[in-house]
Amino acid sequence: MMKHETPLLDQLESGPWPSFVSDLKAEAEKRAKNEENIEFQIPSDVVEDLLGVLELSFKDGTTHWKHGGIVGVFGYGGGVIGRYCDQPNAFPGVAHFHTMRVAQPGGKFYTTKYLKDLCDLWDLRGSGITNMHGSTGDIIFLGTTTPQLEEVFFELTHRMGQDLGGSGSNLRTPADCIGQARCEYACYDTQALCYDLTMEYQDELHRPAFPYKFKFKFDGCPNGCVASIARADMSFIGTWKDDIKIDQEAVAAYVGGEFPSNAGAHAGRDWGAFDIQKEVVDLCPTNCMKYEGGKLEINNRECVRCMHCINVMPRALKIGDDKGLSILVGAKAPILDGAQMGSLLVPFIKCEEPYDEIKEVIEKVWDWWMEEGKNRERLGELIKRQGFQKLLEMTEIDPDPRMVSEPRSNPYIFWKEEEVEGGWDRDINEFRKHHLR
Amino acid sequence: MAFISSGYDPKEPMKNRITDIGPKKFDEFYPPVIAKNKGKWLYHEILEPGILVHVAEGGDEVYTVRCGGARIMTTSLIREICEIAEKHCDGYLRFTTRNNIEFMVDDKSKVDALKKDLAGRKFAGGSFKFPIGGTGAGITNIVHTQGWIHCHTPATDASGTVKATMDEVFSDFQNMRLPAPLRISMACCLNMCGAVHCSDIAILGYHRKPPMLDHEYLDKLCEIPLAIAACPTGAIKPTKVDLPSGETVKSVAVNNERCMFCGNCYTMCPSLPLADKDGDGIVLMAGGKVSNRISEPKFSKVVVAFLPNEVPRWPQMTDTIKKMIEAYAADAKKYERLGEWAERIGWERFFEKCELPFTHHLIDDFRDPAYYTWRQSTQFKF
Repeated sequence: MMKHETPLLDQLESGPWPSFVSDLKAEAEKRAKNEENIEFQIPSDVVEDLLGVLELSFKDGTTHWKHGGIVGVFGYGGGVIGRYCDQPNAFPGVAHFHTMRVAQPGGKFYTTKYLKDLCDLWDLRGSGITNMHGSTGDIIFLGTTTPQLEEVFFELTHRMGQDLGGSGSNLRTPADCIGQARCEYACYDTQALCYDLTMEYQDELHRPAFPYKFKFKFDGCPNGCVASIARADMSFIGTWKDDIKIDQEAVAAYVGGEFPSNAGAHAGRDWGAFDIQKEVVDLCPTNCMKYEGGKLEINNRECVRCMHCINVMPRALKIGDDKGLSILVGAKAPILDGAQMGSLLVPFIKCEEPYDEIKEVIEKVWDWWMEEGKNRERLGELIKRQGFQKLLEMTEIDPDPRMVSEPRSNPYIFWKEEEVEGGWDRDINEFRKHHLR
Repeated sequence: MAFISSGYDPKEPMKNRITDIGPKKFDEFYPPVIAKNKGKWLYHEILEPGILVHVAEGGDEVYTVRCGGARIMTTSLIREICEIAEKHCDGYLRFTTRNNIEFMVDDKSKVDALKKDLAGRKFAGGSFKFPIGGTGAGITNIVHTQGWIHCHTPATDASGTVKATMDEVFSDFQNMRLPAPLRISMACCLNMCGAVHCSDIAILGYHRKPPMLDHEYLDKLCEIPLAIAACPTGAIKPTKVDLPSGETVKSVAVNNERCMFCGNCYTMCPSLPLADKDGDGIVLMAGGKVSNRISEPKFSKVVVAFLPNEVPRWPQMTDTIKKMIEAYAADAKKYERLGEWAERIGWERFFEKCELPFTHHLIDDFRDPAYYTWRQSTQFKF
């Protein structure tokens, strides 16, 4: 018997998609029974009260969580988000219901041993409710009380060799795609770079010293499976410089229908026989391909590596050997100044340990942003406010037509004094010798 | 309940303290077949919806069974996931960026038993625990935020809107009939923790009323200059207010006409709440993508300016989403993403084909970006 009636939420139990309501109800019952005699360190009816307060939100059409609250673990400024219910009397189990962000492993691979250790810890010291995973990528522990924060942190670090992630105005927990672990498209080891930078910048991750949040995301190729181009202040997107490798026999197998096009992604409908001209050559954004006499040719110099032809024929076309990554900067969601896509800062950089070249770019960008960024100003907004040229100046990167989709159409060029012969100081009296007033 | 100490001593917080150790190293968790073949993958194929095979240079194969899941999950469910992984996958598994669960096996003969096991597991309410799907030219799991279940600024619920939507589009989770992948994302307020601004279809919680002013507490709880500086449209200014008690307090005044309801002031100052049952609801956006494939990444565009929060299943919202999906499925060319389709046929046709009314709210009026969205041409369609 549940503590609170939840007629609205109950309607979210039907239908085929996994119901979080059913999951939470089962958890509530399990905690009530407590067959394993766990000495719960926070109220055992926490899940029931969470369902209760959510039902109230469904009824009221508004949230019942209070604004923030400063809680955390000693020495860190991030990783814990304070959360209090605004109806603590009705729902005492969730009166204090803080979130802890647990730094996730690259590619989100797990062993069951590790996950079960996390579950044991969270059953004892938290609500037993998680997000797998939060939007930034972390494992989210949802709901515990203040006295448990240090205890959870102690057990994570001492028993599991595991740290908290980031929150607040700091480096957020970096996240990567599956990369070379299980993808033939990955142009660099996303997990290795993500891990290296995460470890290098632990201080920036845990102790907010930035104007606002800062996100690194790592995509192994231009397909962009972690959406870095849209949401990372610094996106690392794999690419290559040399030729796409063609296996003409495999091309013929696609044309002959032996291999399913697009790796079988369109199997749910009869689109007719595979037509390489229509589906590959004609869709190439630069028209740099041709298929003649049963042979596919690519003018690689004109290729923009959009990935379409490779995606359509993964067994016939392979990314080149001269691999590296592009760095784009300044992506963000709309708050505050409108949405921004990442802008290309470094067209190509090799991705080799110890990644010094990459770190040099990062640190120059940070130096500028920390000096000039206003409170709650994302890097992308600073770039807009002070200009891309300023970014180039601060990072000491040479301008390149690859950085723009077109050159400026207004001629309001801000020449600097040192760029103009003779500077700006002139003698008006000299001028007047030849020009009457 | 007796307090159980982990060993942490609050009197000596620095004693034996371990910090800044970061996440577990990724390769501790690789299944053997992944560890062996990392960086040596030749190609992959989707054998059926939700089932992938990746083939390595040496001939090794890994079969992946992808399952959808509610992102909010309990430890009991995680334990069940572990039980499945131990039974079929030697104790390894992974999650995808879109919150799917992936079970991997190194031999085709192990796939059927795994599939059968997953498909047979249901919650007491009748829903699947581990529906298989989410691959290729279909709809995969919806990335989303916290909503009413845990956030202080949401304009709608996240888990509820996602459950309602995924139930409605479930057949496209388990099928691959669409012209291209279709990504639905959900964010419960403009902060967009879910970064829905580049999705094929985006569900966005939205406030429509300016903040309320809790004058009595404002100066006690907030830094007034921060609240003023937080407003991107400069709608907030300092003022003095006489309370009914006769006391004069420092507070702020809001120019309501300038407010775009972003809630940024509330983030800086809890005395400026703006949530409201009638004011809050859903914005639908469409046509965004993050991939560089064929065309460049695109932002999602607002296609429905407001729908009310119709709990618990948001029927107008799901109906509108379904209409867009069906119009797209019927009309787009193979490989064409929803936004590419809209651009090819033109947005005037998009609204026609999706049977969506075009209202003045859909014409941009926010700063410079607005100008670039107005038509500077006589090339339009009747």
